[in-house]
Amino acid sequence: MVGTMDRHDGERKSRRSILKAAGVLATSCGAAMLVRPARATPASMQIAIRNVVGSAAVTRGKVTLDIPPLVENGSTVAVSVAVESPMTPTDYVKAIHIFTEKNPQPNVISIHLGPRAGRANVATRMRLVDTQKIVAIAELSNGSFWSDTADVIITLGACLEDAI
Amino acid sequence: MARALINVPAKARRGEVIEIKTLISHEMETGFRHSTIGVPIPRNIITSFVATYNKEEIFRAVLFPAVAANPFITFYTVATESGTIAFEWTGDNGFSATETATITVE
Amino acid sequence: MKPGMTKLGFVRSGALIAVLCIMMMHSTFAEIPLAERRSGYDLLSRETRAMQNDDTANPGMLWVLDGEALWRAKAGTAEKACADCHGDARETMKGIAARYPAFDPARGRPVDLEQRINICRSEQQKAPPFAYESKDLLALTVYVTRQSRGMPIEGAVDERLKPFVDAGRALFTRRLGQLNLTCAQCHDDNWGQKLAGNPLPQAHPTGYPVYRLEWQTVGSLQRRLRNCLIGMRVEPYAYGSPEYVALETFLMWRARGLPVETPAVRP
Repeated sequence: MVGTMDRHDGERKSRRSILKAAGVLATSCGAAMLVRPARATPASMQIAIRNVVGSAAVTRGKVTLDIPPLVENGSTVAVSVAVESPMTPTDYVKAIHIFTEKNPQPNVISIHLGPRAGRANVATRMRLVDTQKIVAIAELSNGSFWSDTADVIITLGACLEDAI
Repeated sequence: MARALINVPAKARRGEVIEIKTLISHEMETGFRHSTIGVPIPRNIITSFVATYNKEEIFRAVLFPAVAANPFITFYTVATESGTIAFEWTGDNGFSATETATITVE
Repeated sequence: MKPGMTKLGFVRSGALIAVLCIMMMHSTFAEIPLAERRSGYDLLSRETRAMQNDDTANPGMLWVLDGEALWRAKAGTAEKACADCHGDARETMKGIAARYPAFDPARGRPVDLEQRINICRSEQQKAPPFAYESKDLLALTVYVTRQSRGMPIEGAVDERLKPFVDAGRALFTRRLGQLNLTCAQCHDDNWGQKLAGNPLPQAHPTGYPVYRLEWQTVGSLQRRLRNCLIGMRVEPYAYGSPEYVALETFLMWRARGLPVETPAVRP
């Protein structure tokens, strides 16, 4: 699942390409997780984050991830991310990414901004399959990465419920 | 044709930071669900959302199945000049939707 | 845990069995005093309330937009739009949904709003009726009901509705299904307490058709009643059954005076 979602991707990737995408880290993640990628794990979330961040360090700070701590229904959870930044042409937030730990896939949304945004503050609604940790990562124009995390308790799961 | 609800202020002062709210109808079928007899339901989601202000890109989002159905996205932009703010959603199975809003900047 | 049962299903059954044990001890069927009646809105989290309150963020409004387009669209062999007879819905439909289900003299029984729309569609527009829970029927129903938003539910004041209110009440207070539960046991006697982690509402249909987060779409009161019945392990009645209309009539009587919230958002 990691790295397979892009604008034009309408097909479900084969297991082989999922293994390929996981790359060198495959050996350290464990075969069990790759054979049945039905749920993400903290490890696969880290891979998804590395795909975005590369080898750069991610520092806690500057980012505020706002999400209710207890949710009535995991199918629609309001989430907002605010990043401290003057948003000038030389000092602005380039991107904001949201990840989850236990959803079938770690990526939620990747947002690209520029100095024209005026304020690095975005909101959306996401799905959460289970009680888990959410991570928001911001990339600044100077190439640095900042993050915030939040824990959410779900009283009713979303993604894995069978269709009626 | 998918319905979309856009909230862009009709008027703003030059340099003012305005909030834009967008809501579009789309089931965002994750691709992880199965029917009652175990047949997988294929993924069908919006994968991309782009906003432009007088043709210049001001916001872009890549969406994954974890975005809830009827995607709601809000963001900010600086009101630079009067004109048209255009929104485009694209996704699986050739999905495409567009909306525009005009803004008067004094 | 039985094979094939999800962990969630197990937790839910366990919770239901626990509630059932509590229920066995309470069988009061006491009606909620008028002053204590509360809409399910009061039990919502801050975020869900925000979703309902803001017309630019409420997903139900997407169906209102669709309904508005359908209202003006010509349909059927008669080539008539709703607007051709009823004009501007904002004027002519004001207060209508607040007094539905309404008695239909031609049929000698009440019909709910979905049925009324389909009656117009087949008899006046000469078009095939919409299927229950179809996008179009939901959109038109939400659009019409939205015109009563904020107005108090009239609650079956029509004398001719009395036998149907009574029939609905009998259904509401009858033990049904494999769990032998009544609607009243949860919604009259135990509202406000938790079932599988979520608080039980009093079950007033103030916001229907509703955008239910679990469905991720707008759905009718009948759909919600069917969900309840399935949860109670009751064989649900077919859509459009007189049992649902009787229940709806009773529920609207029970909710008399509470304001219409359509399109509401519920978990």
